[in-house]
Amino acid sequence: MSAQFVQYLLTGLTVGAIYALVALGFSIIFNASHVINFAQGEFVMIGGMATVSLSAAGLPYLLAIPLAIVAAALVGLALEKFAVEPARGASVVTLIIITIGASIFLRGLAMVIWDKRFHALKPFTGDTPIPIGGATILPQSLWVLGVTLAIVLALTWFFGRTLLGKAMLATSHNRLAAQLVGINVRMVLFVSFGLSAALGAVAGILIAPITTTSYDVGVMLGLKGFAAAILGGLGSGVGAVVGGLVLGIAETMSAGYLSSAYKDAIAFVIILVVLFFLPSGLFGKRGGERV
Amino acid sequence: MSLLRVECLSKKFGGVNAIDDLSFDIPPGAVYSIIGPNGAGKTTLLNLLTGVYVPSAGSIVFDGHDLTGRAPYEYASHGVARTFQNLQVFFNMSALENVMVGRYMHERCGLASTLMRMPRLSRTERACREEAAELLRYVGLRDYLSVGADAMPYGALKRLEIARALATRPKLMLLDEPAAGLNPTEALELDDLIGRLTGRGVTVVLVEHNMRLVMGVSDNILVLDYGRKLAEGPALSVRNDPKVIEAYLGSDIARDGSYGKDIADVVSVAVEMHR
Amino acid sequence: MQSRPILVGLASPRTGGMLALAGVIALLPLFLSNKYFYDIVVLVGLNAIVCVGLNLLIGYAGQISLGHAGFFGAGAYGSAILASRFGWPPIAAMLATTLAVALLAYLVGRPILRLKGHYLAMATLGMGIIVFMVITTEDAYTGGPDGIAVVPFSIGGYVLQGERVWYWVVGALLLLAVWLAQNLIDSPAGRALRALHSSEVGAEVVGINAAKHKVMVFVISAVFASVAGSLAAHYSGFITPGKATFLHSIELVTMVVFGGMASTFGAVVGAAVLTTLPQLLAVFEDYEMMVFGAVMMGTMIFLPRGVVPSIARLFQARSKQQIGDKESGA
Repeated sequence: MSAQFVQYLLTGLTVGAIYALVALGFSIIFNASHVINFAQGEFVMIGGMATVSLSAAGLPYLLAIPLAIVAAALVGLALEKFAVEPARGASVVTLIIITIGASIFLRGLAMVIWDKRFHALKPFTGDTPIPIGGATILPQSLWVLGVTLAIVLALTWFFGRTLLGKAMLATSHNRLAAQLVGINVRMVLFVSFGLSAALGAVAGILIAPITTTSYDVGVMLGLKGFAAAILGGLGSGVGAVVGGLVLGIAETMSAGYLSSAYKDAIAFVIILVVLFFLPSGLFGKRGGERV
Repeated sequence: MSLLRVECLSKKFGGVNAIDDLSFDIPPGAVYSIIGPNGAGKTTLLNLLTGVYVPSAGSIVFDGHDLTGRAPYEYASHGVARTFQNLQVFFNMSALENVMVGRYMHERCGLASTLMRMPRLSRTERACREEAAELLRYVGLRDYLSVGADAMPYGALKRLEIARALATRPKLMLLDEPAAGLNPTEALELDDLIGRLTGRGVTVVLVEHNMRLVMGVSDNILVLDYGRKLAEGPALSVRNDPKVIEAYLGSDIARDGSYGKDIADVVSVAVEMHR
Repeated sequence: MQSRPILVGLASPRTGGMLALAGVIALLPLFLSNKYFYDIVVLVGLNAIVCVGLNLLIGYAGQISLGHAGFFGAGAYGSAILASRFGWPPIAAMLATTLAVALLAYLVGRPILRLKGHYLAMATLGMGIIVFMVITTEDAYTGGPDGIAVVPFSIGGYVLQGERVWYWVVGALLLLAVWLAQNLIDSPAGRALRALHSSEVGAEVVGINAAKHKVMVFVISAVFASVAGSLAAHYSGFITPGKATFLHSIELVTMVVFGGMASTFGAVVGAAVLTTLPQLLAVFEDYEMMVFGAVMMGTMIFLPRGVVPSIARLFQARSKQQIGDKESGA
């Protein structure tokens, strides 16, 4: 393994972890509501931008970051309450347009509150690259990987062990049956939007020191997160994580070895190729129509 | 000469054999019924016989053409039509339009003449409309011609599917539980309708739980159990077949024999309980 | 009673709508006082052509596409490159481009139209983005993000120039597009599309090859978008990748849904409203994006069926009531 390969792999894992977090957000909301929330990328933007503002206002990261996450979560709850809930039972296309409308609205709002410039966030713990096997890794990348791992473990615990988590899983399998056994489906919907928004914000905060952030950073991150969620199979948690990492690594590798001009296109080429062969993604539910 | 010949047909889902090495022949002009307990594989079999499912093994020959593995629209083009237990009505259209869709194969024309709306098309459209209206009246839906399918009662929708299937001018018509969900009067009218279908020269395959209907109209009956053929033959021989009674009632009662001569009634009661 | 079929014929959405649209196109210049208005209306017309095609796909066949700006962009750049860089006659450039886009749509459509719902949305979105990336990256031909100048459209030495000339050309083409779309809808193939929208298996068992029909309507809608793209390039004399973005794909879908799914005239209305809206919203300056997003959300929440079907329903309810009044009065 050449040092260059290791370098691309490390970078790819870092980017992939961010895609995985965004994809998890897509999957959680999809499971609870069968809505694809195209505003998911805006949570990423809000997380990063809010942290930039708050720390510029003098707050330490220890305060600024939780506040930014809470802010994003509140936006997520508001989105559910004012845009998704009133449109219950609408068609897939209608819901797609509503959430895209929401994302345009949030982007416009961010432009008004902040500005159109790029903002850098100071790395959490310095920016001296750490050498690994001939390659180097930024301390911030370690933060990205570590926090993503911690979140995946926490979500596994949440969905596997807690009552609320199990209720959310049950709702995703069969909404009506969940309602019949007394699960508050409204509550589940609400929590899923808050949780997804928080995950998105975390992703945005983690990546901001590496790539900088701006009011429109959510568009591409959102679309790639969606691609990762579809690649893994909609609604599958494992799929979201694997899909994110695969996309991240494939993107960095092809940018490094092939052409960096088409870096952003790689994710979509991969998703098309995979869907040609596996119409439900890597880990999606298969099964024919019952007639 | 059989109209439909099924040989060694199997369908696996995961590791389970939903249909297991099944062979039978359906002669033209008859009413051929398929019965069996819930989960016996009746609807799976119907889906195989119309190309909705692709068989895991075996062959399906219809009217001299090997249709194994073909798509549903190819089955339709050779003259196989069907209705569905879970209605597949086009709810975004009127009853008339639903039946007009059934005329598709005999109406379609090239894309160019469609886009240019050649005069020929207007004429065939009018004829299509009239024939569809005629078919709706034929199945007793004269009151619903311009009614949206989403505003029709359940019983009418079942007839609508029959009219739509008839519009394809089929040689073979497969009815998947046509009596399910109908009230007794509607179910009685179904006997008559099935009789008239065979009168038109259409061979009918009937999957049904209503034993009164099955025993009344069938020329031959195939009994399925766990995807295998349990018995096959004329109605009378099947209803007295101990294997059939055992499958429906469990072995104890059948061996006891205390239910007397007309076991068929018991069978039909038991079958009603199964539903 | 005997005159009724004729009346019904005139009042039918088909003939009545065509007449109304022709009337609007004929009379609109009376209200267009300057070039700026003509410009907007030409853009409306071009978007409407795309939407009439896209509505066949989304509204009638029930297949979503989040990538049609890709076809629009491919049409625009195909024409621009062939006519401006290689000196082809614009009409030949447009025809060749249209054929190429039709082929692209066919090749892409065959595998991806097997997908359902969100997976289809993702695949079409990905296709659109790939087209966009090719346009921005291959700058030797496309001029990259800066765009490319396009020669004016000309046929046999006659050069199409000026908003007024373009107004009538685009108006006529829009009528043609609507006529073609209506012909398709009112045919066995059109019924087949609506049928597979409702139940694919139901359509298949009466002999409809669902896959073939989906690909066919996908190609038709791509052709409409491509032709509109070619015209837009020649009309404005300059194109940038902005018209091929994901956002523009979304705008197109929003026009269709806003006007009303499965309503050709709804698609025209949707294109008219949502093309004019940003011009009106310009007064909001920095808040333009917010207001646009809010309008998108609001209309979809409160008018999920779209404007035209909602109004049509209102009229139907009222005329039924009137008939009822008459009958009870007689």
